[in-house]
Amino acid sequence: MSGRSDSGLRHAIRESRSSESGVIEVLQVRARSTYGDEAHPRMGFFTDTSVCIGCKACEVACKEWNQIPMSIKGFTGNSLDNTIALGANTWRHVAFVEQKVPLDAREDPSLVEIAARNGAVDAGVQTYQEGPDGLRWLMASDVCKHCTKAACLEVCPTGALFRTEFGTVVVQQDICNGCGYCVPACPFGVLDRREDDGRVWKCTLCYDRLKDDKEPACAQACPTNSIQFGELSELRDRAEHRLAQLQDAGQENAQLYLADEEDGIGGAGAFFLLLDDPEVYGLPPDPVDTVRDVGEIWAGAALAAVALAAGLAAAVFGGRR
Amino acid sequence: MSEAPGQGPSGETRSYHGQPILKEPVWKWEIPVYFFTGGLAGGCAGLAYLSELRGERELSRRIWLGALAGITVSPMLLISDLGRPARFLNMLRMFKVTSPMSVGSWTLTVCGASTALAAVNAWTGRFPRTGAVAKPLAAASGLPLSTYTAALLANTAVPVWHESPELLPFIFASGAALSAGAIGVAAMPPGHAPAARRLALGAAALEGPLMELMVHRLGRYGKALRAGKSAKLANVSRACIAGGATLLYTRGKSSRLASVASGVLLCGGAMATRWSLFEAGFISASDPGNIVGPQRAVIRSGARRGGARHEARVGAADPRIGSPATTLG
Repeated sequence: MSGRSDSGLRHAIRESRSSESGVIEVLQVRARSTYGDEAHPRMGFFTDTSVCIGCKACEVACKEWNQIPMSIKGFTGNSLDNTIALGANTWRHVAFVEQKVPLDAREDPSLVEIAARNGAVDAGVQTYQEGPDGLRWLMASDVCKHCTKAACLEVCPTGALFRTEFGTVVVQQDICNGCGYCVPACPFGVLDRREDDGRVWKCTLCYDRLKDDKEPACAQACPTNSIQFGELSELRDRAEHRLAQLQDAGQENAQLYLADEEDGIGGAGAFFLLLDDPEVYGLPPDPVDTVRDVGEIWAGAALAAVALAAGLAAAVFGGRR
Repeated sequence: MSEAPGQGPSGETRSYHGQPILKEPVWKWEIPVYFFTGGLAGGCAGLAYLSELRGERELSRRIWLGALAGITVSPMLLISDLGRPARFLNMLRMFKVTSPMSVGSWTLTVCGASTALAAVNAWTGRFPRTGAVAKPLAAASGLPLSTYTAALLANTAVPVWHESPELLPFIFASGAALSAGAIGVAAMPPGHAPAARRLALGAAALEGPLMELMVHRLGRYGKALRAGKSAKLANVSRACIAGGATLLYTRGKSSRLASVASGVLLCGGAMATRWSLFEAGFISASDPGNIVGPQRAVIRSGARRGGARHEARVGAADPRIGSPATTLG
């Protein structure tokens, strides 16, 4: 949605600057100026991968509720992951990473023991070690990030992609004409075009369920609360405590991903707690909203257009007839 | 892929089972062909208008026809590439500066309508007052029509397209000049279009060095332009442009066949350059190392903090708040 008016947006930014909590506020004040009484606090997902058990209930629940077509691609051999990646027909994707962590590189004999001693098991970390090589299994349920600065939404020429009253990013299927611009614009490779349908599809954060005060299907189906749904400000608060808890338990590489407005996409509506670097889960370490550079991009195109005019004029007027 | 995917020792670029991070574009052959026809139409409109100002009426008339051909084919190609072609009019639902495709759709609409009127006036002499407005309008809107396509590619997450926003549009501008000049020399009897000849030879001399400069400036990202289909098309482009320019320079003033052949070769070269850039985007997007490696390097250099943070922003953990066992609300 392009917003009612520019003055509304300017007003929103001014108001948010005077408040303390930054970007969430911009979206919320914008939501108020666009949606009036229907505006809602920004809603999102906090995916705590440390308690993911790889059951794929989220994938199934998402497919069921949203009536997403089949997307069987055969057996990949990539651990237990045969879904491969997010796409037009996959809005939740559980990643499986098997890591060999040599035990003799550490002073202690077993990471299970270390974990137990430091409280990681009590903290419910669902990774385990076995054998002399030490196999660590990481699982994570990936989803559309519902970025604060969403490139897909900004580049969409038809306005099919819009910001809902919940601060989420949704494709209006009655508008999308399948131009495909959002597909390479997304820094996470989330959006894709459905072959037989011609339109682009992605996670709606269960827009229909939210309108009915229900939580999204994946969050409801998740048996371990790895997928938590709620008001984003509250989720971020929880995530900070969970990160501190895991750090205390010796998970040194535990990290929050996309939880901050200082990152390249202004923070995400769906953010993650990871036990290793993002690229290990197939996520970019430094995603950037391409539209951040659109001024520079237009300046280049304008300069080249002027150069073309100069070249044409030089060719026509710069010699004999 | 330059690095082995997977979890290696530290220092090595890691990925998720070697899977790409970005999605490859869904655009098909229509798009690189449109980059050519749109640039041709834009360049021709400018050349035709300026030629008429200089009093070269015959050259101008013929080039308006070239512009009309390019601008007629262009929307057909774009509509054909849509997932839902019947909804093409949705492109004009709004105007968004953050979307070069939106700006381009409006530019194409304005340039298309004014080029059609300009061509009708140039050939029939009818609607003189409309023609007097349409011609400069077509010429002016033809300029952004020729270069916005570079902005369109640059405004994506695909590194080889995104990382050179200062040079990419110049390659598109030179291609537009090249194809407009090529149409001019092919459309006129030998030696009767010196302006078009100058334009074609000048652009032909620029195109190669501009591409080389861009590949050089792109550094690691530029490898996509040296790989697979992209490299092959770049070779085709170089051969076509070198052959066409040589032919035009040596025989273009004496032989009609040679000037037509050089026009065809130069147009082929202009199209192959864009196709090479187009294909490089697919190569660039499909390699996770191409995304992870440079992004990690930027984070290590301290220039950017990246998407992740290790330090909690609370002093001490409160398990009642942080535990996944507790419910919200």
